[in-house]
Amino acid sequence: MLKTLITNRCILALITTGILSAVAADRELAFNRDIRPVLSENCFSCHGFDSKQRKAEMRLDIAEGAYGKAESGAVIIKPGDIKGSELWKRINETDPEEVMPPPKSHKKLSPETKNLLRRWIEQGAKYEKHWAFVPPVRPAVPEIRNPQSAIRNPIDSFIVERLTRAGLSLSPEAEKARLLRRVTFDLTGLPPTLEELDAFLADKTPDAYERQVDRLLASPRYGERMAVRWLDVARYGDTNGYLHDHRRTSWPWRDWVIKSYNDDLPFDRFVIEQIAGDLLPDAKPEQVLATSFCRNHLITVEGGTIAAEYLNEYAADRVQTMGTAFLGLTLNCCRCHDHKFDPLKQEDFYGLLAYFNSITEKHVENSNAVAYAPHIDAASPLAPDGPKAKVMVMQEAETPKPTFVLSRGQYDLPDKTRPASRRPPHVLGAPLPGAPENRLGLAQWLVSPQNSLLARVTVNRLWQQFFGTGLVKSVDDFGMQGEYPTHPELLDWLAVEFREGAKPWSVRHIVKLIVTSATYRQSSRVRADVAAKDPENRLLSRFPRQRLSAEEIRDQAIYVAGLLSEELGGAPVFPYQPPGLWEERANESSNTKVYKRSEGRALYRRSLYTFWKRTAPPPFMSIFDAPDRTACAVRRPPTNTPLQALATLNDEQSLECAKLLAARTLKEAPTTPERLALIYRRVTSRTPAEADLRTLQNGLESLLARYRTSPDDAAALLRQGVTPAPADLDAPELAAWMLIANTVLNLEATLVRD
Amino acid sequence: MNEILKSAFHRAMTRRNFFGDVGFKLGVVALAQMGLAQRTQAAPLALPGLPHFRPRAKALIYLHMNGGPSQLDTFDYKPSLQEFFGKNLPPTIQGGQRLSTMTSGQKSFLVAPSKFQFRQYGECGRWVSDLLPFTGKIADEIAVIKSVHTNAINHDPACTFLFTGSEIPGKASIGSWISYGLGSTSENLPSFVVLTPKWPAGSNGQAIYQRLWNSGFLPGKYSGVAFRNEADPVLYLPNPQGVDRDDRRKLLDALGDLNHHRHKQHRDPDTLTRIEQYEMAFRLQSSVPELADLSGETKATLDLYGPDVDKPGSFAQSCLIARRLVERGVRTVQLFHRGWDSHGNLPKELGNQCKDTDQGCAALIQDLKNRGMLDETLVVWGGEFGRTVYSQGGLSKDNYGRDHHPRNFCMWMAGGGVKGGISHGETDDFSYNIIEKPVHLNDLNATILHCLGIDHERFIYKFQGLDQRLTGVEPSKVIKEILA
Repeated sequence: MLKTLITNRCILALITTGILSAVAADRELAFNRDIRPVLSENCFSCHGFDSKQRKAEMRLDIAEGAYGKAESGAVIIKPGDIKGSELWKRINETDPEEVMPPPKSHKKLSPETKNLLRRWIEQGAKYEKHWAFVPPVRPAVPEIRNPQSAIRNPIDSFIVERLTRAGLSLSPEAEKARLLRRVTFDLTGLPPTLEELDAFLADKTPDAYERQVDRLLASPRYGERMAVRWLDVARYGDTNGYLHDHRRTSWPWRDWVIKSYNDDLPFDRFVIEQIAGDLLPDAKPEQVLATSFCRNHLITVEGGTIAAEYLNEYAADRVQTMGTAFLGLTLNCCRCHDHKFDPLKQEDFYGLLAYFNSITEKHVENSNAVAYAPHIDAASPLAPDGPKAKVMVMQEAETPKPTFVLSRGQYDLPDKTRPASRRPPHVLGAPLPGAPENRLGLAQWLVSPQNSLLARVTVNRLWQQFFGTGLVKSVDDFGMQGEYPTHPELLDWLAVEFREGAKPWSVRHIVKLIVTSATYRQSSRVRADVAAKDPENRLLSRFPRQRLSAEEIRDQAIYVAGLLSEELGGAPVFPYQPPGLWEERANESSNTKVYKRSEGRALYRRSLYTFWKRTAPPPFMSIFDAPDRTACAVRRPPTNTPLQALATLNDEQSLECAKLLAARTLKEAPTTPERLALIYRRVTSRTPAEADLRTLQNGLESLLARYRTSPDDAAALLRQGVTPAPADLDAPELAAWMLIANTVLNLEATLVRD
Repeated sequence: MNEILKSAFHRAMTRRNFFGDVGFKLGVVALAQMGLAQRTQAAPLALPGLPHFRPRAKALIYLHMNGGPSQLDTFDYKPSLQEFFGKNLPPTIQGGQRLSTMTSGQKSFLVAPSKFQFRQYGECGRWVSDLLPFTGKIADEIAVIKSVHTNAINHDPACTFLFTGSEIPGKASIGSWISYGLGSTSENLPSFVVLTPKWPAGSNGQAIYQRLWNSGFLPGKYSGVAFRNEADPVLYLPNPQGVDRDDRRKLLDALGDLNHHRHKQHRDPDTLTRIEQYEMAFRLQSSVPELADLSGETKATLDLYGPDVDKPGSFAQSCLIARRLVERGVRTVQLFHRGWDSHGNLPKELGNQCKDTDQGCAALIQDLKNRGMLDETLVVWGGEFGRTVYSQGGLSKDNYGRDHHPRNFCMWMAGGGVKGGISHGETDDFSYNIIEKPVHLNDLNATILHCLGIDHERFIYKFQGLDQRLTGVEPSKVIKEILA
């Protein structure tokens, strides 16, 4: 029999959960880990928190409801007594009129799931508050007796303890060259140079690796690398989006982000300044600039648009972004109705919106200003004496705007009987006593220990950045529909360490803990013995191989070609882009209708400085999975497509890089084998195997023959890119080497960090 | 050996053994693995359980008239309006509904009857304005829905809603949903292709954006691939000058060999997927130019589409390319024709718009029918909203403008699963309110999915803890009356 889609998913989820949480017959079930996901998936939409959708006045999301009586008078769940529990009877019904969940919900419980529910009821049907809403407490670090592998810091103790329970172990440490490439990409977004690689391989001291980590963390490239992810979260762009998609100048804020990471600005300050820098006593210009975070949303100037509709939209976007970035909650659900799965009400959404809808902004039509009020003149914090630009920021209006719950989320349907006052969501506790009733008070609450989510959500996103998947896989959803953490104790340990450990709120401290752990340092080789026990590698018995990000792929090519500009910050640039991309889609009156390519060094800036037009983002970035930056994005699910192959093979910039990589190789090494080894190692940080060299050498010889017989083709190929190769190089030879370089730049070993 | 594997094997056996024996042998072994990789990873297959029931259509061609065509001057014939010329729209009709701020400040709302003649076509006797004579000829093939309505009143949110079921950016577009659910039936082309033909100079062309064909929360491989009109239809498609197809083949063989060396060491299946993607890229390099090469089309076919069919990027040629795409197994073709936003000078602008598209639309239906493909192809025509009966700006017998009107507009559907020659829904005498059988855009999307064999209620993707559907959370229904 064909099962419905959802049932398949459900079973799959259960199998996965089963493996990861080791729901062995002898282990006591935990409500949050084992049972809540099942009830949430199958029951809560009718018997949960949302009173409007609730059927038969019955709810299963809280113990009081579940232990009560059904309409028939039967006890719904009688702890310890299967036969006395109506729920057990109803999920085993064969009558389609009686069975739960009802057939029309297209949900169906598998025998395994039913068995789980039976055991839970027999064990006493205990309920727990949703784990993420309980403030984290620092758990004891597990003691590992007779460790089979190095335990370098507490991260490893948690990881190894969990692996041991599953009968697994960490992999041995990765080879040194692999490790340096991995950590250099992770901390700077670039590969190591050959000199850095050689120095590390020659360094036999026990703390050689740690010293590399310190060197990389101190590099200005670190801030650039970390900023890329934050620009996704903060939906940063250089245009306003929507119909006209006019240019805006927000890049001084982007530079504020880079500087904050490079200075290791404590994360609580990072949050407070971006949410409410303007409200700080004696706010410095840079702190006001930080609030541009709240203005990064799209702005429409379309003729005929209604002010109230869009001002409401912008405020809602601020709430949604704040909710995803700092709370890991899907607040936008309760814009229109009470949340179906989480204890979040519409009042909670509009209570938050009330913090963000009272600034001195105005709706403007048919204007192409680079910033809309309120704005300030700001220089880049990386070059305080440099040119200034108008940047949109937050500025509170004299009096707060009266705010009401909007019926069905419609801007023009305020429910005057439901005024919304500023406060954090009820389920997360009360406002901070004594804190101001404005964004500053909200920001102070966000970073306070009362908020159970901020530290967890943040360390989880950092974990995802290094390991590809969060300890909570649903990095954007810590609510009841989110995934239960694979390592709940580790998550809480990291969260508490982040908030109040050796260096409170230091991102760099957590990053260093992660990259110096044995868990991070292990080999990425796929292990046949693990495939069955942990197919997704969620327990981390090896380092997860990951494709490089869009920015890393482009920056790497420019870097190994010797072209990269190391200039930090500044106005965005316009590198190579196929002609016509803006022109063919833009609105007629848009001031970003025509793409004018930059000249000179601006072509070789790091990718995070590329001008980001939201309705037509840089194509190379989109093809390699960058989000379009129209809304907060905390993940970049990787894809593997033919368009990616075409981009790295045929893009003008890729080809120019191949040409100059080939040219420098010809200059730096005298013989073919040496040159092949050099090019291969410079790009991949690996020494090529014999077979690789043979393939490349055969290819080179045939290419040489081909271009010697058709020098015109060689000359044509060498015209790629505006930077010429040195004139003293033989054109057919350079052309042949250029294609070898292009091939090496397209290797799996080049595009992946492992 | 399956077909894919067979052709790959054939390629391996016949390609010139350029990089030596080692590469060749590895290549053959690798191809066997590649076939497997393709089946499990690269070429998307249908989801288990899909289609939910027997599909009437295998492919969708969506002709989007971007900007909002006037229903009053095309299909929604209101002869009795003539006597209201220049009179204020009765407040009982306007009903205090919201207006766009482009006209909400107007002192009066003067009724502008269509200046165009209407006549009846086909056995069904459908009324069609003189702006669309070719469409008139396919009157018996199409089902016109006069009672479509939407939530949004401005272009950006209205288009986003039309194609993703939500005004808020970030959801998956309809073509992505279809690719995700039904998989690909083309080995050489993407399963979801977007065409953006040129539009008449002087018309009010609004922007279109990637989000209208993005995969949103679905994996990126389900995003539409926009073929461009000029330069290369697919970004980065051609090899650089000085590199020919033979060179590319050899270079890819070397690349494949090198990647297989790596795979032997770490055994990550993603490597095999990547090798296959490079092969797909190679196939695209020939399939896309082949697609655009119309020399194999008969004169009779070309004549059907009219003189514009020879012009690259014309609407007529795009319609023909749409047919060729569907013929080659592409699931969804989304065609954006811009310039329908006639706030002023409507008679002239709309005239140009219709002239630019009328013959192509009709030819597409006729061409599909001639080839026996119409039964398996669903064609949808329409904009993101309609236009107001009252004039925006000045009104004369010969000239007027119309503002956005989301409360009712006309769309038509034809082909796979749809009953030709019928009209569905009715509006009041002013084409201002629906009086019979309203069809919300979510209902329309539910109907499109239904024709493709998908039950929209069961077609779900989990994202941010929620069951996402193309048709949203509010109940929507399939329009059974228009189904064949």
